[in-house]
Amino acid sequence: MSNAFEAKGVVKHFGKVTALDGLSLKAEQGTVFGLLGPNGAGKTTLVRMLSTLLVPDKGTVKVLGIDAVRNSQRVREVIGLAGQYAAVDEFQTGYENIYMTGRLYRLSAQEAKRRAQELLERFELTEAANRPVRTYSGGMQRRLDLCASLIGRPKILFLDEPTNGLDPKTRIDLWNIIRELVSEGTSILLTTQYLEEADELANRIAVIDQGKVIAEGTSIQLKAQLGGDMVEFVLEKDADRPAALRAVRRFASKQPAFDETGLTISVPVTNHAKSLAGIAGALDRSRIRVSSFSLHQPSLDDVFLSLTGAATKDTNQNPQRETSHAAR
Amino acid sequence: MLLAEQLHWPIVDTWTITRRNLLRYVRLPRLLVFSSIQPVMFLLLFNYVFGGALGASTAAAGGQYINYLLPGILIQIVMFGGVQTGIGLAEDMGKGIIDRFRSLPMSRLAVIAGRTLADVLRNVVVVGILLIVGTLLGFHFQAGFGNALAMVGIAVLFGFTLSWVFACIGLAVRDTETAQLAGFLFIFPLVFASSVFVPVQTMPTWLQPFVKNQPITQVVNAARHFALGTPANGAVWKALLWCFVILAACMPIALWLYKRRTA
Ligand SMILES: Nc1ncnc2c1ncn2[C@@H]1O[C@H](COP(=O)(O)OP(=O)(O)OP(=O)(O)O)[C@@H](O)[C@H]1O
Ligand SMILES: [Mg+2]
Repeated sequence: MSNAFEAKGVVKHFGKVTALDGLSLKAEQGTVFGLLGPNGAGKTTLVRMLSTLLVPDKGTVKVLGIDAVRNSQRVREVIGLAGQYAAVDEFQTGYENIYMTGRLYRLSAQEAKRRAQELLERFELTEAANRPVRTYSGGMQRRLDLCASLIGRPKILFLDEPTNGLDPKTRIDLWNIIRELVSEGTSILLTTQYLEEADELANRIAVIDQGKVIAEGTSIQLKAQLGGDMVEFVLEKDADRPAALRAVRRFASKQPAFDETGLTISVPVTNHAKSLAGIAGALDRSRIRVSSFSLHQPSLDDVFLSLTGAATKDTNQNPQRETSHAAR
Repeated sequence: MLLAEQLHWPIVDTWTITRRNLLRYVRLPRLLVFSSIQPVMFLLLFNYVFGGALGASTAAAGGQYINYLLPGILIQIVMFGGVQTGIGLAEDMGKGIIDRFRSLPMSRLAVIAGRTLADVLRNVVVVGILLIVGTLLGFHFQAGFGNALAMVGIAVLFGFTLSWVFACIGLAVRDTETAQLAGFLFIFPLVFASSVFVPVQTMPTWLQPFVKNQPITQVVNAARHFALGTPANGAVWKALLWCFVILAACMPIALWLYKRRTA
């Protein structure tokens, strides 16, 4: 069976910017492939290439084994695209937008009508269906855009940050719809900034940065790469640090680390039940007082941070991150 | 049979896009109102402001400037309509909707053809309004019903042709303001250095060869021939030839610009 999609040695320059720098990726059919990366990593560029909107400077892109450059029209028959920014007409109603897209996917008029109503129902837009889209909220437009990407029953679906701007309930609804689609056999490429989302949905995840794949695997593999669990405690007194580090050393699987306050110490451990008790006892024997003590299992956020050095939406709302990234 | 099958979906696609573009006028009727006010204003201004001064030099045209003016204004107005095609496409290019269209298995030409056809239909409405206002100002077709239809036909065909020219501009610049400026920069010299408002003989001799042979003069002369029964002197076939040559050049260019997969 051919891959859902495949990129080989893809390079793309925009003027002086190298958006993709020899990127190679592939995904099996019937799975969700999560693409993670900081702003400007090249996620959208890759999605636009796979959906035939851009051609690579070098390398090949294939969808279901079909070359997206040479046989673009055949690729378009099997894909659905919900881009990063909603692609709907503001002056048409929601229904008209979806029906139009259905017709352009070459569904018969009756089929387009039936599917449009079905999808509007599924995305809870039936009530707003006959209002011009210009009166829709941002999240409603986003949902409408997703309806449009689904009306042609695509075998491969590209979703570029689909839950961006959705409220928590709608986000979970969309996750469920994505799971349903996959169970019906659809393959999905999902880009996201929410690691939780990739963790929930994706069978495989690739982290890209500056146009390159920097890590790839299942979320379990990515977390394991980071070195497993940590015991974390917070000192009451800064002066205790050297003693604390000495006390816990023999339980650590790697060098213990402390944060910039110097008070929070993390100790990488392998056998956490034993180490937890051991570290607690050692601190107690050395009369070191701690204000909190916990076992910490790495999240994808940790993976992402350690790989890219960039913060993500889940952990850091600091608006500086856009600028600091752009300045690199 | 095979050809009909091959053409079935491109035609459906084109109609789908035409419908989409027409819906805009239904949803925003003020667009249509304003795009009709402007030509009516032109007609009134030229008729009353220049009519007195220019009437004498155009005495051949049934004695009244309005008879001379109306076919010219019609051609000018369908050209303005063409600029709208460029602006509309530039606007679409700047929004996500074109990405959606380009990722669909639809006919590539339909996005542009659907836009130019919608603009043709809008031009038909505007031409109708101008003919009504012109009649109130004293305009008369002098050469019968068939010729009157032919005049409308050539005006609309020329508007369609210009729509493709401006489609190229709009698709190339991808920005509404630039498309508008570029459009008018292109139109104004051509319209004023033509027989739209005044006879060619009144212009400086160095300018006359250009004015006589450029497409707008030919089209306007053809329109006057149908409206007033003045001698065509080859203007009709020259006008048609211009239209076909321009279309044959601009259609592939517009398609190529649309298909570019660069940004
Ligand atoms: N059309 C374009 N012209 C110029 N530069 C571009 C263009 N498209 C993308 N780029 C540049 O290519 C790089 C990758 O952009 P891309 O949109 O693929 O990033 P992304 O991973 O989707 O980021 P985000 O998370 O912000 O959406 C960026 O540096 C961007 O500025
Ligand atoms: Mg992006």
